[in-house]
Amino acid sequence: MKHGRYPFILSFLALPVGLYAWLVILPFAQAFQISLTDWSGSSNSFEYIGFDNYVNLFKDERLVLPALRHTGIILVVLPVVTIALGLFFAFMLNLGGRVRRGRIEGVRGARFHKVVYFFPQVLSVAIIGILWKQVYAPENFGGLITGALTSVGLPAPVNGFLADKRMVLAAVIAVLVWSAVGFYLVFFSSAMASIPRDLYEAAIIDGAGRGPMFFRITLPLLWDSVQTAWIYLSIVALDVFVLIYMMTPERGGPDAASEVVGGVIWKYAFNHGEQAFASALGVVLFFAALSLAVVSLRFGRRERIEF
Amino acid sequence: MATDTAPGSTAEGASGADEAAPPARNPQRAPRPEGNVLNVFSQGFLWLWALMVIIPVVWIVMSSFKTTREIASDPLGPPEAPHWANYVNAWTNGNIGGYFLNTLQVMVFSVAGTMLLGAMAAYVLARYEFPGNRVIYFGFAAGMMFPVFLALFPLFKTLQNVSLLNTYTGLVIVYIAYSLPFTVFFLTAFFRTLPTGVAEAAVVDGAGHYRLFFQVMLPMAKPGLIAITIFNIIGQWNQFLLPLVLLGRNPDDAMISQGLANLALRQGYEGDSGALFAGTVLAMIPIFIAYILFQRQIQAGLTAGAIK
Repeated sequence: MKHGRYPFILSFLALPVGLYAWLVILPFAQAFQISLTDWSGSSNSFEYIGFDNYVNLFKDERLVLPALRHTGIILVVLPVVTIALGLFFAFMLNLGGRVRRGRIEGVRGARFHKVVYFFPQVLSVAIIGILWKQVYAPENFGGLITGALTSVGLPAPVNGFLADKRMVLAAVIAVLVWSAVGFYLVFFSSAMASIPRDLYEAAIIDGAGRGPMFFRITLPLLWDSVQTAWIYLSIVALDVFVLIYMMTPERGGPDAASEVVGGVIWKYAFNHGEQAFASALGVVLFFAALSLAVVSLRFGRRERIEF
Repeated sequence: MATDTAPGSTAEGASGADEAAPPARNPQRAPRPEGNVLNVFSQGFLWLWALMVIIPVVWIVMSSFKTTREIASDPLGPPEAPHWANYVNAWTNGNIGGYFLNTLQVMVFSVAGTMLLGAMAAYVLARYEFPGNRVIYFGFAAGMMFPVFLALFPLFKTLQNVSLLNTYTGLVIVYIAYSLPFTVFFLTAFFRTLPTGVAEAAVVDGAGHYRLFFQVMLPMAKPGLIAITIFNIIGQWNQFLLPLVLLGRNPDDAMISQGLANLALRQGYEGDSGALFAGTVLAMIPIFIAYILFQRQIQAGLTAGAIK
């Protein structure tokens, strides 16, 4: 078994590692290099200009600064709301039922709820975008929410929710939460199911209500899962763009009110022909993702509880 | 450790809550009032969210049977008569059928390739010690975090240089390369959990490295392979940015998500929202059927990937 070991390892790794290095690692490395030049992307001539692109990034008040602000908002709101709802629903499904003979139960129809909640997760962003664009549409285009509001006599935005500067970002974040909650419900739910039931039953005997039960038993034991969810959602938040591309006017409008970092990279790279500038913003995004992961892994770490 | 659950057991773990409800009622002891109030409360919230998921989806299906004028004038009501012409329009003018076939054509190769290359790399990384093992493993794992925007343009140029831009071959290899990080990361963890006893027995029987992999280890890794295959099918079916950049030239060659986006854009000019919704429903149907049939595996597979 010793002989032919290295040829075997080499033959199995050559293709996957080669492909990965060529199509993933190399393009990322090139993007770093491009970000230090003044390359437009179309010609073959460029010069190295050091960190000028990075300096100019923070002077672009039309697109980059609003985009950084909006991505920052999504980065905070999306994980907080999604994790809170996911934990809440998972707790309700697993432990929100009646107490019978000292045993605590999940609610009826837990299976059904999981199937329904999770469904948006398998839909493509293109489909979700088309669906919600119509839900948010103005009344004379047949919008669902505007139509429902008007039919019960409440005021609705005349041009729909997506054409309104004050509402567009919230509307997009709501869709992001809508599509993500099911995943984290199932994720937290399977983690909760592995917490021994005796812990809860002991708590019932001690007369604890559901609130203390959640904060004293469930949450501490799920800490690792919450942390993982946080990292995942942060990465999702940094990568938000396709939904905005599909739903909002001018792909980030109106008036840059829903502009995000991904969208600005897209616009500079593919519409304005400013490759180097776009790459610099991409590099910033890359380091943001990296430092988020490092920070949450370092500071989120706690004593692990074995059970 | 809650998060050390093996992928196979998450499915059972997830369903544990449902089985906890014993059907037998105990007439002597009434349930505690606190539990009742909470039960109504939790059922209320759970149904509220369930309706928030169901209503938009059902509503778009309903709208896809309306004429475009009906969609605008009476958004909430049911269609007067099912307007099948929307579906004909979506299929013929909207070319949804063509996009389906295109996507299928690419994915047969990209999913198979991802799984084969991913399993090979993961197996070697999980079961063989050699210098550089850790570096390659973390190289793959780090790929899960890269924001894809950063690579889009260099990737475009790379494919252009080897004349694979706007070809399905190019898209297939890019799909494989970008699916590898998750696939390798997850399958490495899975191959590590497989018992060594069987492998040792096979070696004693004279199996070489290759036979050991294809005849012993791959069959043993089947649950993990299935979960990750489903994950990759959904991921690649829904892929949007990569085909948008790498397959931009001929609109007829588009993948399904990209085709729907084209249809949405065209609908903006022509105002045929009925056909757009019919196309959206058509694109949802295969995913919906697959989801209902395999929802346990899908939920287990997708969430197991997040459990490290």
